[in-house]
Amino acid sequence: MSFYLVLTVNSITFGGLLFLLSAGFSLIFGLMRIPNLTHGSLFMIGAYVGATLVIGLVGYKFNFWLAALLATLVVAFVGALTERLLLRRLPGNEMAQVLVTLGLSFMAADFCLMVWGGDPLSVPTPAGLGGFARLGVMVFPLYRLAIIAIAVVIAVALWLLLDRTRIGAMIRAGVDDPDMARVVGIRVSQLFTLVFALGAGLAGFAGIIGGPILSVYPGLDQDMLPLALVVVILGGSGSLLGSFVGSLIVGFIYNFGQALLPELAYFVLFLPMLLVLLMRPQGLFGRHVP
Amino acid sequence: MNARTISLAIAFLLLATVPVWIPGIYYVNVASQVLIYAVFALGLNILAGYGGLVSLGHAGLFGISCYATGYLLQAGFGHSFAIIAALVAGVAATAVFAVLSLRSSGIGFIMITLALGQILWGLAYRWISLTGGDNGINIKTRPQPFGYSLADANHFYYATLIVFLIAIVMVTIFARSPLGAALMGTRDQPRRMNALGYHVLAIRFWACLFSGLLTAGSGILFVYYTQFISPQTLSLTSSAEVLLMVISGGAGTLLGPVVGAALVVIVKTVVSGFIERWNFLLGAIFVAIVILMPEGLVPGSARLWRLATRRRGQKTPPVKETAP
Repeated sequence: MSFYLVLTVNSITFGGLLFLLSAGFSLIFGLMRIPNLTHGSLFMIGAYVGATLVIGLVGYKFNFWLAALLATLVVAFVGALTERLLLRRLPGNEMAQVLVTLGLSFMAADFCLMVWGGDPLSVPTPAGLGGFARLGVMVFPLYRLAIIAIAVVIAVALWLLLDRTRIGAMIRAGVDDPDMARVVGIRVSQLFTLVFALGAGLAGFAGIIGGPILSVYPGLDQDMLPLALVVVILGGSGSLLGSFVGSLIVGFIYNFGQALLPELAYFVLFLPMLLVLLMRPQGLFGRHVP
Repeated sequence: MNARTISLAIAFLLLATVPVWIPGIYYVNVASQVLIYAVFALGLNILAGYGGLVSLGHAGLFGISCYATGYLLQAGFGHSFAIIAALVAGVAATAVFAVLSLRSSGIGFIMITLALGQILWGLAYRWISLTGGDNGINIKTRPQPFGYSLADANHFYYATLIVFLIAIVMVTIFARSPLGAALMGTRDQPRRMNALGYHVLAIRFWACLFSGLLTAGSGILFVYYTQFISPQTLSLTSSAEVLLMVISGGAGTLLGPVVGAALVVIVKTVVSGFIERWNFLLGAIFVAIVILMPEGLVPGSARLWRLATRRRGQKTPPVKETAP
């Protein structure tokens, strides 16, 4: 019984991390129609930058949350730069977008290997969250609960941003019909940079927040990117609710699959995505077919 | 036309005499690898280039023919049976891929093929009783067509060259055939093609099968070249690499995939001997290609060449006008 409960908590935690990673991916995909294959790299860069600050490789040990904030800002800046300098030149050209984002992810992976070497970095759990919460006979690691709380808070904040603010309305208009949004005076191109920076920052934040659980290692980018893809396909591109539900589904399938069906773990991970694509190509909550 | 025949003849002569002018066995093997990947890229180019259907799961199809060959040889079957069965298996798997993925196009097609490729990779990686997992499958011997042993690097190169030339001829014929023209039509104007009475799905399906045939052929060459097959061959990185070969060389051109294959294989094998950060270099090359020649190396160079010659051409007419 407690085995399944632990697995459930782990699944929800992983789902929370996946949500932080894939919410931005989904918005970028939905708004800009760009398959941003650097998203796994952004996650990894955030993890490495944050870990560097936390472990004190620069001579001073930063507070975990300050380090997470700085890593988020760095990755958001990298994302904005990528959009402004490269992706902006390639609207509607999927093949060039695939080429440039894959090229960038090759460069990022090698850059991280050059700077941080091949050994994994383990990130200490932030102060005060190393303990456990007790509920009757059950014991839950506090940090995992904290990740769930953070994911929920950010989900609500993103929903408020998208649903209740002027900027959010503009972004939604851009997702639904970019041409019409331009006609009514929305500067869709500025939104692109903003959304890209936001999505990148969230990915970087997920990277460092996930650090104490996943640790930071070369190849982290390639582990995370397919998961983000599955989430967005399942949930539907450009839909916040879709990312949220999709992340939870994938978090559960991934953890339960690894534990119960190790031989078919990847098979069961990608099968639901295939089924959704065949039955409902726009995803569970998506509004249009990508 | 004349210049074209001459350059084709020169290219053929250069390829046919590779073991003579290239310094050492190592580089003959690199040349074999370039040709193997060129066939693979030609196969993907049928879909990505001529059909506008970008597949990120082709390494899975490539891997199926590799595993089929390896598995049948291990089970004690002969080379000719294994090769034919692997071709059939590769094309059959492509048919399944096509039925599932042709429901969409554009980014949707990329994602479905990616998922299918990952499923195959996951099976190869985890279904250990069939595939040997990370230990892979070893192949002990290479075939001996007409008593001509392919164990030697030079001999294997010639076998690869023959397959490569057959592939090039097939793709040329395909691109000029009505089916090829129709496929390019469905890439540019699917709705109009439909309105004109073409069966868009059927055209794309046949293109998939042809692409699968070339992919399976290159997979069999690959497995005989390395005499080893492991899940790494089916990974997303492999799918991405061959797609990058097609796009960087020039999707939808005959020579683009060949140039792209040469670029990637040479950076991976030869340059990596000199530069430790070759992966960074490869990524930087891709980004540079997108910025400088978004259409790919072959069409990009052709454009620059036309520009250069036109400028020279423009200098002459004013002279002619002032002359009389």
